[in-house]
Amino acid sequence: MVKALAGARRSRFAPVLLMLLALLAVGGVYAIAAPTPAAADTSSPDQIAEGQKLFQANCASCHGMSAEGRDGIAPSLIGVGSAAVHFQVSTGRMPMAASAPQAPAKPPQFTAAQTKALAAWVATLGPGPSSPTAEQVDASLGDAANGMLVFRTNCAMCHNAIGAGGALSQGKFAPSLFHTTPQQIYEAMLTGPQSMPVFNDANITPEAKRDVIAFLMEQRADNASPGGANLGAIGPVSEGMWVWIVGMGALIAAAVWIGAKSS
Amino acid sequence: MASAPTTPAAKLAAGTGDFFDTRIGAGKLVKEFARKVFPDHWSFMLGEIALYSFIVLLLTGTFLAVFFVPSMTEVHYPEDALPVTMRGVEMSEAFASTLHLSFHVRGGLLMRQIHHWAALLFMASIVTHMMRIFFTGAFRKPRELNWVVGFTLMILGLLAGFTGYSLPDDVLSGNGLRIADGVAKGIPIIGSYVSFLLFGGEFPGTVIIPRLFTAHILLVPGLILALVAVHLILVVVHKHTQYPGPGRTNRNVVGYPLFPVYMAKAGGFFFVVFGVLAIMGATLSINSIWNYGPYDPSPVSAGAQPDWYMLFLEGALRLMPGQTEFVTWGGYTVSLNILVPGVVVPGILFTSLAVYPFLEQWASGDKREHHLLDRPRNVPTRTGVGVAILTAFIILALAGSNDIIATHFHLSINEITWVFRVLFLVGPFIAFMVTKRMCLALQRRDRELVLHGYETGRVVRFASGEYIEVHQPLTDAERWVLVQHEPARPLEIGSAENERGVARPGYKKLQRRQKVSNFFFADRVEPVTPAELAHAHDSHGASAVEGADDHASLARPERESLEAGSGAQH
Repeated sequence: MVKALAGARRSRFAPVLLMLLALLAVGGVYAIAAPTPAAADTSSPDQIAEGQKLFQANCASCHGMSAEGRDGIAPSLIGVGSAAVHFQVSTGRMPMAASAPQAPAKPPQFTAAQTKALAAWVATLGPGPSSPTAEQVDASLGDAANGMLVFRTNCAMCHNAIGAGGALSQGKFAPSLFHTTPQQIYEAMLTGPQSMPVFNDANITPEAKRDVIAFLMEQRADNASPGGANLGAIGPVSEGMWVWIVGMGALIAAAVWIGAKSS
Repeated sequence: MASAPTTPAAKLAAGTGDFFDTRIGAGKLVKEFARKVFPDHWSFMLGEIALYSFIVLLLTGTFLAVFFVPSMTEVHYPEDALPVTMRGVEMSEAFASTLHLSFHVRGGLLMRQIHHWAALLFMASIVTHMMRIFFTGAFRKPRELNWVVGFTLMILGLLAGFTGYSLPDDVLSGNGLRIADGVAKGIPIIGSYVSFLLFGGEFPGTVIIPRLFTAHILLVPGLILALVAVHLILVVVHKHTQYPGPGRTNRNVVGYPLFPVYMAKAGGFFFVVFGVLAIMGATLSINSIWNYGPYDPSPVSAGAQPDWYMLFLEGALRLMPGQTEFVTWGGYTVSLNILVPGVVVPGILFTSLAVYPFLEQWASGDKREHHLLDRPRNVPTRTGVGVAILTAFIILALAGSNDIIATHFHLSINEITWVFRVLFLVGPFIAFMVTKRMCLALQRRDRELVLHGYETGRVVRFASGEYIEVHQPLTDAERWVLVQHEPARPLEIGSAENERGVARPGYKKLQRRQKVSNFFFADRVEPVTPAELAHAHDSHGASAVEGADDHASLARPERESLEAGSGAQH
């Protein structure tokens, strides 16, 4: 028995077998330890098939029939994951209507179900960040004060202090976040669309991402602007403009009235 | 008291009046001030807006000072307080007390917002008032010093605004302080000492808020109050200027007495100003510091700008190319990228404003007193210079908003910046030339009007077959306004040598002065003289049979008034 084993050790198939065993062990540990994409597993084969059809009809002209991408035109989508697809398609950025410094958001072209199908098919091409669960984007579970701290350290320099948007170089811009859904905010952080950096779970933990969402949702609360009209929430420039238009405008009108009465 | 008062009320009034009269000379004061005459014009009330918004600033500022804690001690904002986004966050006491007075003091947010709107309005009305003074030449003798007082008030207003803006210790105002720190450090040799002196050590330190508080509530407003008193006393001493018109001369003031007419008008206007500010404070949010959070030197948010009156400095900084920073021999950094926009550009803008009255007087050699205002078109170079300075200021302010312009008009921020760089260098010159030409053209139009009257559009055919358009002549009052002024002419400096052929000492200096004078006054349109008017009417009389009667009846009085006018001018 021992002799037989010793003999097998020298077999020409032994290294291959050992390598297979090692790969299996690493893969098994990874499968247990790695964070499981929560939404990815819910897609049915029908959905994936529909997604492929939709992709080939609407996206393949730029991204290629199997999403391999085309040099200088569109990137490969293999391994971008469902989060990126859902973000780009549900905000209307994809399919892109025309060439521009960056893809602008517009009314989405696909229904929620179609978007999900597209995301499901692209997710099968290679592993990538998947869309968050409902719990991960539930603003009521987040801490808005911590979100404020995370937001102003990581996001405010482009998106403005409370997410009103801001300018980037060469006509690019960080859009306003006032109408972005919690899921889209989460996906944007996870996938870093266009000029935006990726904030993976090591940069900003999933809990901190939820805090950011809570902070941004706080800006939409009924009492978000206790001082009255927020004038675009862009700070002193619009305040300065309104003091000239409303303040000086009204008072010069009053002065003309007072000065004109007796003459 | 010649006749004793009869009713009890009259007795009481008389008694009170007598009490003050015999002790502080109230009778004389009332007599002097109540009968002071002010001319009527809306533009004479712009300074009042500034005064009244300053009063509102004092009132609301006192309220705020009761609740504000000028301290940089670190605290944690309570977990049960508003706003939600600040709960448990570490912040300075200054920031925490500003949040507290905004969210937990009844009327606190309203007071804060009125205070801030009043500060913006204070500066806006000062600038508008200054424009009125500049473009109408109200700074001429004897009011040059009052111009300087007003100019100093504007600078103090900037200081008051900047110190107040920085007090809440939020991220946005901290960014502003950091720029001030950078500008201080940009000054060669003494820069870092200045910065350490201001901040009591390395930025941000722990003393800047208490120091700014002292400046904001004591030093600067005290100086403003004192200078406002000087400003107003000088207005009384000089008497008010007035726009030209029939019966208005350099020796009189045509208008209404302070009591009762202007007591009512000015008093009422105070309430209008207060009312507008209250409405703005109640409905338009301003400087929501909880959006920015407590100061931390690391974050800067997009759309970080100062209040509008400092925006030109921000713009200058944004336009200046960064490559102008270099290291000299010996390893010293010269930050021209900060020094030029932070010190040189505002220095030129402000100095040219402060010295302008003296420069113009030097160029014109006019030492007479002027109490009649100029119509801006009648002094084309001054109007052009004023518009050029304003153009530079506005371009810089827009450049300071370049990111907001980029996002709101979907433009490239790089392209906007380049456009503003070019505009800042050529825009003021174009504005000067266009304005000057427009003024000269308007003066020529005035001449046309005086000589030929208004076009009526009524075309008449004579028996001979000739067509003419009937012109309606101006009334005496209308004509007076258009011909009363005397344009300044370039200095005459005579010949380079005296009558014995010897070179005159100081002639070079005179020549330089004449050059400046030529720049100011060489291009001009002389107003219509009585002789020209008579000539124009005579030539009309020959052909315009229809209008001849009208003209003949008006010719005499207007010639008389013109002569009287030119007599009074000299």
